[in-house]
Amino acid sequence: MPKFSDLDALYSPDAKVATSMYEDPDLFKEEMERIFHRTWVWVAHESEVPDKGSFKLSHVGLEPVIVARDRKGVLHVMVNRCRHRAATVCEVKKGKTSSFQCPYHGWGYGLDGSLRALPYPEQYGDDFSKEQHGLKRLRTESYQGMVFATFNEDIEPLTDFLGPKVCRYIDLFMKQGGGFPVKVLGEHQFTVPMNWKVQLENTTDAYHFPVVHKSFMQTLDGATEDMFDFLDKGKGWVEDLGNGHSVMMMIPELEDLDANLDQPIPERFEGLAEELRGEGYPEDQVRKIVRAVGGAGFNLNLFPNVSFSLAFFRVLTPVAVDRTDIRHIAIGMEGGPAAANRARIRLHEHFQGPMGFGSPDDAEVWERVQRGTKGGEDLPILVNRGIVDEEPGELGPRGHISAETGMRAAYKMWKRMMSV
Amino acid sequence: MTATKATNDLALLQKVSAFIWNEAALLDAKDYDAWLDLWTDDGMYTLPIGDTEDFDNAVNLCHDNAKMRRDRVGRFQRGFAISSAPPAETVRTVSRFVITRVEGDEVTVESAEHLIEDKFGRQRVWAGNVTHRLVADGDSFRIDAKIVRLLNSDGMLNSFSYLF
Repeated sequence: MPKFSDLDALYSPDAKVATSMYEDPDLFKEEMERIFHRTWVWVAHESEVPDKGSFKLSHVGLEPVIVARDRKGVLHVMVNRCRHRAATVCEVKKGKTSSFQCPYHGWGYGLDGSLRALPYPEQYGDDFSKEQHGLKRLRTESYQGMVFATFNEDIEPLTDFLGPKVCRYIDLFMKQGGGFPVKVLGEHQFTVPMNWKVQLENTTDAYHFPVVHKSFMQTLDGATEDMFDFLDKGKGWVEDLGNGHSVMMMIPELEDLDANLDQPIPERFEGLAEELRGEGYPEDQVRKIVRAVGGAGFNLNLFPNVSFSLAFFRVLTPVAVDRTDIRHIAIGMEGGPAAANRARIRLHEHFQGPMGFGSPDDAEVWERVQRGTKGGEDLPILVNRGIVDEEPGELGPRGHISAETGMRAAYKMWKRMMSV
Repeated sequence: MTATKATNDLALLQKVSAFIWNEAALLDAKDYDAWLDLWTDDGMYTLPIGDTEDFDNAVNLCHDNAKMRRDRVGRFQRGFAISSAPPAETVRTVSRFVITRVEGDEVTVESAEHLIEDKFGRQRVWAGNVTHRLVADGDSFRIDAKIVRLLNSDGMLNSFSYLF
């Protein structure tokens, strides 16, 4: 029986969020159990563990995990905790290895988490089973290089959880490879004193963009500033894609990066196009790469912890009821022109991360939400914007570009998961 | 290329220390226009992530040419950036100067920086290893490169509303 039985009081049918949703530690604990332990949680991109023996550390909810690729190339996700006395078996953030060894008593594990050897095993008796003392493993599945893991053995397959519409948007997003495979180029990481749901709400919130990111907009050239003026143009939309996922289509003409290749090359990319031509790339490929460098025209938010945002992945990791770690992962073209990847990296640095022209302002308002939560406990948080003129979509409602439809999609799923 | 270890040149050490201390004072005072004037036109201001040397091809916290430095300062000054209005207050100490290279009119100086920020009544501490490549300019210098390697640069940081 769920501890929080009156879920309507926490998220009301008219889309109001109770203040305690951001600050009740018991509720947070319940969320980690009912949501992060039971659904597919994003842990890595395959390019971060490219080779046999590659590994990286990640989290599923609060639990530290290792993502590793074994000698056959199969990906494994396992809890970073020795089965003997619970010490972490790996504290290197990423790298290559043939095994993991606990530093405390020397238990050794393979890349798939199986217990290979332990010193002086005889004291455990003859019936000690190494098979039953491997690292705790999670079910692991990938789609388009995005690796998800779950503690829930009974959950539906990943692609069913995502659904065909989400998969289609992921396919479109990955066209940023410009014909090359998408590869992680690096990342920014920062922590914010806020509840994880404050971030969850942000990725498909267009309403904040012109306010919070005014100073970023002022550093753009006219054409780019105009492109980011999606709130006034009103051609975009935000749509509930089911299971808590949502898409915010900001720049519809950039929905499919393979389309409209005959469009003029934007001024800000003319230098890059010239560089690519100089390297011998044919004109049609130059156009495709340049268009890909600018990023997709939409944000896709996947419940509960990863989003695809214009040109990067954003990952949230809950740490405590009022603390969330954020990663902004830069992506580029595996084997693509270095000049194009450099251009993408500079665009990433411009907006993202601790010193970006955008992220610190996001972090500031997220923190302000958490600070403001201390006042007026009886006041609800409103996520009802645009509910008045939503239209039915294929899987869920579709609203105005600035509607809070995406947040409602997430809270609908939150409610569903918290009720069972 | 000939590099001369010049740590025993106390007059030069005093001169570069005074220059870098002045830069630190400008940054704490948020006198960013004066800070911009310290730079050469081609200078690069970089906060790398991890131990990479190939800043152009890596994701950095920032990797600013003159235009990006001006834009960054403009962002701080115009008052529209919520993270900078008001910004955190900072007090920094730069010390442990070691001149690692002198060549022609170029001097490379390594130092340690400790910075304390205060915002919302909350103080945070940052530390970094700093490299300045300075070019002689009359009685003083201009900054041709400044690289600040923060501790834990590849780990979880916070957002910053100031410069290192």
